[in-house]
Amino acid sequence: MVSAMKEEASPVVFDLKRQSVRDLNQFLHGRPAGVSEVRVENPDGAHNIAVGLNAPIRVDIAGHAGYYAAGMNKDATVTVHGNAGPGVAENMMSGRVEVTGFASGGAGASAHGGLLLIRGDAGLRCGISLKGGDIVVGGSVGSFSAFMAQAGRIVVCGDAADGLGDSLYEAVIYVRGKIRSLGADAQIEPMTDADYAAVHKLLDASGLSHSHREFRRVASGKTLYHWNANANQTY
Amino acid sequence: MCGIVGLLLKDKSLRPRLGELMVPMLVGMTERGPDSSGMAVFTDEAAGGARKLSLYCASPDFDWRGFEAAALGYLRNARCEIKVNHCVLSTSQDADSAREWVTQEYPEVRVLSVGRRIDLYKDIGLPAEIANRYEFSSLQGTHLVGHTRMATESAVTVENAHPYTAGEDWCLVHNGSLANPGNLRRKLEKLGERFESDCDTEGACRYLHWRLGSGDTLEKALEHAFDDFDGFFTFLMGTRDKLALVRDPFACKPAVVAETDEYVAIASEFRSLAHLPDIKQATVFEPKPAEVYAWSVQ
Repeated sequence: MVSAMKEEASPVVFDLKRQSVRDLNQFLHGRPAGVSEVRVENPDGAHNIAVGLNAPIRVDIAGHAGYYAAGMNKDATVTVHGNAGPGVAENMMSGRVEVTGFASGGAGASAHGGLLLIRGDAGLRCGISLKGGDIVVGGSVGSFSAFMAQAGRIVVCGDAADGLGDSLYEAVIYVRGKIRSLGADAQIEPMTDADYAAVHKLLDASGLSHSHREFRRVASGKTLYHWNANANQTY
Repeated sequence: MCGIVGLLLKDKSLRPRLGELMVPMLVGMTERGPDSSGMAVFTDEAAGGARKLSLYCASPDFDWRGFEAAALGYLRNARCEIKVNHCVLSTSQDADSAREWVTQEYPEVRVLSVGRRIDLYKDIGLPAEIANRYEFSSLQGTHLVGHTRMATESAVTVENAHPYTAGEDWCLVHNGSLANPGNLRRKLEKLGERFESDCDTEGACRYLHWRLGSGDTLEKALEHAFDDFDGFFTFLMGTRDKLALVRDPFACKPAVVAETDEYVAIASEFRSLAHLPDIKQATVFEPKPAEVYAWSVQ
């Protein structure tokens, strides 16, 4: 108990000015006994910070991260205290990834589970090919977000740019602000009680105070589910 | 893949440190472009309305001292600043006749840039090697545009390295690829533009220069480019007193901007900006697709 309290008080610190990302990731992959918290200093936009984690460990990245931060995350809680480059939390399986600033393109691409919370804006193609899990964006999302998203939920507290939800499968998008344009086969649908409850829960988990009543539901019109030889390839 | 970097100093007291601040930016983009690298630096205007021509010769044995002697004899108020196989020739002669003299007397010498402010260096190799070779850390000036290249559609040569120039005091670097450079080239050659390489980027550079020369504003020229360019691009452009940045409507290639009261710094990735002074207090943002961003030298 005493040692557990000691660990709480002093996380293991990796300084990427002096240590490599490979040192950090190999340490994390080794599931070090008794370590519950790791702090990464001077990330300075390095790629692949804290990728492939496979344990319920907490990682705080003290600054901006480069490509693929917290990619393939499983069970871990990773916070980027700054902005994240392309592909943050791509292919996440479970756990929680948070970005306090903005996230670049392809945030949460192909994620299967877990929660990705982006407090600022997300770039283009946020949640592309989402396969499960949840993405909550405090700001706006760029064009082509949720392209071909198959399962899971995306909550956008700001606006969405062009082509939102193009070729959606079963994923559902909730948008509070304006939608510049919907993608092929995406449509706005009435919110059900289950939708309101889902948005409420996700906002609550993200510490965001918007009312779930302000959101609209975007889902697939399912007209692309089956090949239509008469469609003349114009969608 | 390629890396782009740009730096414009608002704080005049930093201008002697332009090169020193830039070198880690360029070297930070090595993984995006290890083949070749280049740098266009905009200095104070050459004295007395003189023009500067940045020259390059592929042969390491080229007799630059002999060239200098000939230039002194032929061109008015000629001066040569020789660095390895590059030379910045300044002269009070008009730019066209100086260029003609160089290309006729020394066909092996390439004219990389012409202008009152621009100096240009480009070569094959790792960015750090090139920065050392041409003493980039000692460069001084108001703003610059740099590039690290990973060739995708044309050979690794000095001619195909960036920045590209057209006309005077105008340059462009490119991260991305164009699918219709041949069509652009055929169209522009009919309009009198002369090409010097087989890189897709040269088409973009000459297209935009042609548009600007036809009276378009930069914004208007880029609007036309969105229609006429088929492909992906983040372009960073330098003029005598501006840096301008634009990403294609799909934002396929990255860019990050950091701005403080002292400078505007642009790079493909944040890791090239992390060393800059007061970066933690800088406004950092990603430029939106299909929007033109421009910053002026005060």
